Amino acid sequence: MHIMEGYLPASQSLAWYAASAPFVVAGAVRIRKIVRERPEARMTLAASGAFAFVLSALKIPSVTGSCSHPTGTGLGAVIFGPSVMAVLGLIVLLFQALLLAHGGLTTLGANTFSMAIVGPWVAWGIWRLGRGAGLSMALTVFLAAALGDLATYLFTSFQLALAYPDPVSGVAGAMIKFGGIFAFTQIPLAIAEGLLTVVVIDALSGRVRDADKIGVLAGEAR
Amino acid sequence: MRMSRPVWMLLAVAALVVIPLLIGGEFAGADGQAAAAIEAANPDFAPWFTPLWQPPSGEVEGLFFALQAALGALVVGYVIGRRHGRAKAEAERHGTTGPAARNA
Repeated sequence: MHIMEGYLPASQSLAWYAASAPFVVAGAVRIRKIVRERPEARMTLAASGAFAFVLSALKIPSVTGSCSHPTGTGLGAVIFGPSVMAVLGLIVLLFQALLLAHGGLTTLGANTFSMAIVGPWVAWGIWRLGRGAGLSMALTVFLAAALGDLATYLFTSFQLALAYPDPVSGVAGAMIKFGGIFAFTQIPLAIAEGLLTVVVIDALSGRVRDADKIGVLAGEAR
Repeated sequence: MRMSRPVWMLLAVAALVVIPLLIGGEFAGADGQAAAAIEAANPDFAPWFTPLWQPPSGEVEGLFFALQAALGALVVGYVIGRRHGRAKAEAERHGTTGPAARNA
């Protein structure tokens, strides 16, 4: 669930656009480099974007009695690093803003920052940490994708709290309020996203040893 | 019988979706609830920009959400199929099941 059209003050809309822009440019450069140097990886890149397309179209009921959707950005972040997802996530958000009135053009910068930048960077960070700590591929991917998903929605809550601080308790109080709406709803969805990301990695890489899967998908090893 | 990893994971995802339905609720969108919270705290609030185009009905909105999911699933499925096809062709060319297959 993204921030709705027209719900951020113009100054903050612009600020989030400005904050997102360098990540998107860096992502575009990175994608060009991957496509040029690792033709093997092109297919995985397409699948990573497509996975975000599928997952962010699925509005799923949650135990809080409301609905939200996963983001699907952890997959590409784990395989290619977080920068590529800034571009792929932006494409998903544009599609939803233009054709579904979901999210919006004025909030595109903010939504890109939460879903296509913060989520993937958290996912990638957890992936690196987990690998460093010697956790298994599947568990690390699960944690990376699930916590990246959750981070996106925590950040969305923070963005709204910044725009609409509580008159008494300020940004922190508003953060708790919006977090209660977005983040709690998201917990089961984040778990689902973590599981689905592992399933898709298994399906994409086929009969390859777990430890080699991500490398094969990234086009680094055969 | 030992379930393969994708199978039990998909079953778990299904359970995560079904359990809330059994618990019950209105299942409105979290974004709409956030909008309601903003409007409740700021009674004179109105969005300063409205979507350029809105699906004329819930049905048409459903169409576009389905289209989005279908396009994505098409590409993911195509890539999975292509990779498996190539792995199989390679295994046949080498006359073995390949080093990769051994560990599966």
